[in-house]
Amino acid sequence: MSNNARVVASGGNRPKPPSIRKSPPSFAWLGVLPFLVFVVLFLFLPSLSLFVGGFQDAKGNFTLENIRGLFTPFILNAYWVTIKISFTTAVMGGIVGFFLAYALVAGGVPNWVRSSLMTFCGVASNFAGVPLAQAFIFTLGRVGLLTVFLKEALNIDLYGQGFNLYSFWGLSVTYLYFQLPLMVLIITPPIEGLRREWREAAENLGATPSQYWWHIGIPVLMPSLLGSMILLFGNAFGAYATALSLTGGLINLVTILIGSQIKGDVLHNPNLGYALAFGMVVVMAVIMSIYYALRRRSEYWLKQ
Amino acid sequence: MKKNVFWNWFWIFISLVYFFIPLYATFNFSLKARKGELSLLAYQQMMEDPRILRSLIFSTEIGLLTILLGLLLMVPTVYLVRLKAPRLRPVIEFISLLPFVIPAIVLVFGLIRTYSGGLLPLTNNYTGLNFLLIAGYVVIGLPYLYRSVDAGMSAIDVVTLTEAAQSLGASWPTIMLRVIIPNLRSAMLGAAFLTLAIVLGEFTLATFLVGLKAFGPVIWQVGQNRAYEASALVIVSFIITWVLMGLINFVGRRGAADGSVAAGPR
Amino acid sequence: MSFLVLEDISKVFPTAVGVEKFDLSVERGEFISFLGPSGCGKTTTLRMVAGFESPTTGRIILNGEDITDRPPNQRNVGMVFQSYALFPNMTVAQNIGFGLKIRKEPESAIKQRVAEMLALIHLEQKGNSFPHQLSGGQQQRVALARALAIRPQVLLLDEPLSALDAKIRVSLRAEIRAIQRQLGITAIYVTHDQEEALSISDRIVVMHEGKIEQVGTPFEIYNFPTTRFVANFVGSLNTAEVEVMDPSAGIVAMNGIRLTSASDLKEKRKGDKVMIAIRPERIGFIAEGEKENVFDGKVENITFLGSVVRIQLRVGGTVFNMDTFNRPSLQLPQTGDTVRVTCSSKAVLVLSE
Repeated sequence: MSNNARVVASGGNRPKPPSIRKSPPSFAWLGVLPFLVFVVLFLFLPSLSLFVGGFQDAKGNFTLENIRGLFTPFILNAYWVTIKISFTTAVMGGIVGFFLAYALVAGGVPNWVRSSLMTFCGVASNFAGVPLAQAFIFTLGRVGLLTVFLKEALNIDLYGQGFNLYSFWGLSVTYLYFQLPLMVLIITPPIEGLRREWREAAENLGATPSQYWWHIGIPVLMPSLLGSMILLFGNAFGAYATALSLTGGLINLVTILIGSQIKGDVLHNPNLGYALAFGMVVVMAVIMSIYYALRRRSEYWLKQ
Repeated sequence: MKKNVFWNWFWIFISLVYFFIPLYATFNFSLKARKGELSLLAYQQMMEDPRILRSLIFSTEIGLLTILLGLLLMVPTVYLVRLKAPRLRPVIEFISLLPFVIPAIVLVFGLIRTYSGGLLPLTNNYTGLNFLLIAGYVVIGLPYLYRSVDAGMSAIDVVTLTEAAQSLGASWPTIMLRVIIPNLRSAMLGAAFLTLAIVLGEFTLATFLVGLKAFGPVIWQVGQNRAYEASALVIVSFIITWVLMGLINFVGRRGAADGSVAAGPR
Repeated sequence: MSFLVLEDISKVFPTAVGVEKFDLSVERGEFISFLGPSGCGKTTTLRMVAGFESPTTGRIILNGEDITDRPPNQRNVGMVFQSYALFPNMTVAQNIGFGLKIRKEPESAIKQRVAEMLALIHLEQKGNSFPHQLSGGQQQRVALARALAIRPQVLLLDEPLSALDAKIRVSLRAEIRAIQRQLGITAIYVTHDQEEALSISDRIVVMHEGKIEQVGTPFEIYNFPTTRFVANFVGSLNTAEVEVMDPSAGIVAMNGIRLTSASDLKEKRKGDKVMIAIRPERIGFIAEGEKENVFDGKVENITFLGSVVRIQLRVGGTVFNMDTFNRPSLQLPQTGDTVRVTCSSKAVLVLSE
């Protein structure tokens, strides 16, 4: 009871009408309770169990052995490959996505092109996982349409030159299919937030277009650009289905490793698996905090 | 000026080619199930495969239940927090964004570890596994659900609406069912379609919890040995995604863009 | 030749109203306002001077040089935008120094100029603040300093005060005028606020639907509007259609009431219909011995406006507003009373169209 009274008293500047104050004090808590219970059961508990498991040995005693185990070459390599592919696709998707978004926003392009490409980006950023991997197998696999076309029509032998869809670069090309459109979707609002007056003011003060970009456009967009790319990084970092169905689990990614661990304890130490999984959460948490910090900053500027 | 327009078109052209070729290659392949001619045989075989339809229905059901559970949890929470405890709003928002931090593979790992024994064993029967799947999807969908419900409520100013309804003598059930819910319809529909788009093709949770009962794992299974049918399935699932995204645009929830960030069936 | 000449400028837009046959000569150091409702072409004209739009026909000559086709970044005109348009990633000092930095002036010269400008706008303490830490009025002063720092030949101001509160608007416009006088810089000021234009300008250009309606000093524009549009737009005005009775004596009839006008009616003939306009403050209660232009009105409404009291009168078929000073001795009529009022023949303006 006192709990609720305190909330009402400090609940901000809006005076509560008497009719609301009369309702039972526990009502709000009752309504929010199912949500909280659900979150505890299916979000906090599972995370906590992995966290705890990561610090236990097989008998349940506290140990740092699993954390130490994360720093063995095999697991470090998995993290390294995962980070490398996330970084590559985030930067590539980020750069191309920025130019595409800018091309769509800047004008000179008919409205219907812009809106249909935007819609397509919404679709493509959600079209991932197994079907996406298969679409790329039909395209760039050993007998994929593009592979065959390049070989027969242009005499370019992709696989002969070392390309392999089921490897790092193949996976990167495939990831780009959802990274690029995602970048377009998240960078478009900040680009639209660049005000025409800034460009005009800069020109008026004697700046050339490239000077405008160097001194104003790029610095103002930088937090959004970095933030978006970090988000893309996280997006690729947690990907599992696409990588699994493309490489059949042959590429050493952390997600793939966790998947194998769930299926059959390939690490021969369940607790090391928990530490591995929780390690991903830590990386993601760092990434998302940076993202939100950057986003807040750019909103500060762009909302002026 | 002219130069800029050229570069704009350049990037659009490159992207279009990149977006288009895989779809074309897959579609082209799906028409070649019969040697030497174009046919819809692959689509026919796909339709005749009972597992595919069954799994699609199963995943749709799971999706609908996910939406139902998600809205039941989220709508009253957001509403009450806005009305009675605005101080708690950042807390709820923070909790709702947490799933972004947990990759699907980690979530399913944690769910299995937590519920394969102990006080609440859910993994030893089908009902329990199905429920675990739904719960997992609700967790994954939490950020979008929160964002669209919250945006919907701030768009209609629920506090004032509630006070207006109360001053006219409406009871709490009446307020909820006749004032709040109808005004949230487009926000809730947008969240629903997005959730469905995520759930239908989702592979990671599905494969570990229910296996080949769900659509995502079935697409994968078909892709392992029957390439033509698989290509037809890819086209179909692309169309399904497209339709659902189109519906989101149709119900007018702009900002699906922001909602579709960083989850989905990767 | 004048300092800035806009010669037969026109701008054609595919869908909107542009600018037609705009001719204007501005003297060095003059403060000119473009006044008109939104969409009248005033901002477009200003943007053509800045170089953001190019005129379809005509020439712009600044200090003897034809700058019509010169890109905006080589014109050396300073512009102040309605939305301040300060660069959010730079401090106040960096904003002010930006133009000089682009011109590759030495660091020390920039520093000195920035300090001068900060002193000019009385924001000496704010050099290291970011724009979002300042109030709207402060931001606009910084924008003004930024435009002036490059020592422009002309200062262009595009509705610089319309995003600000009423009180700050009044004080800042006085400050802008004072700075302009102090530096002796030529300025063009776009506004839709007639009070602002009247209070700040040497001359006003009233625009309507892409065309110049009237050019004149604030005194001329206010007291002797030549067109119906100007009469209506500048100040609140009573207008009525009247019939010419005696062109040479300037006598017209309004619903049977005879009025004498000091305006020139020689080109009209008896029986012609013309529009007349009378300012509300030029109508007064009848004094002893008043004979000319006396008429009766029925009081319909009385509105207290602070220093002025506005009385709405029905005169024949039309409604006239009459403003009277709120003197302590004022004895107000009651609604429904009939009062006898008068105005001088000089107050009865005949409008050209």
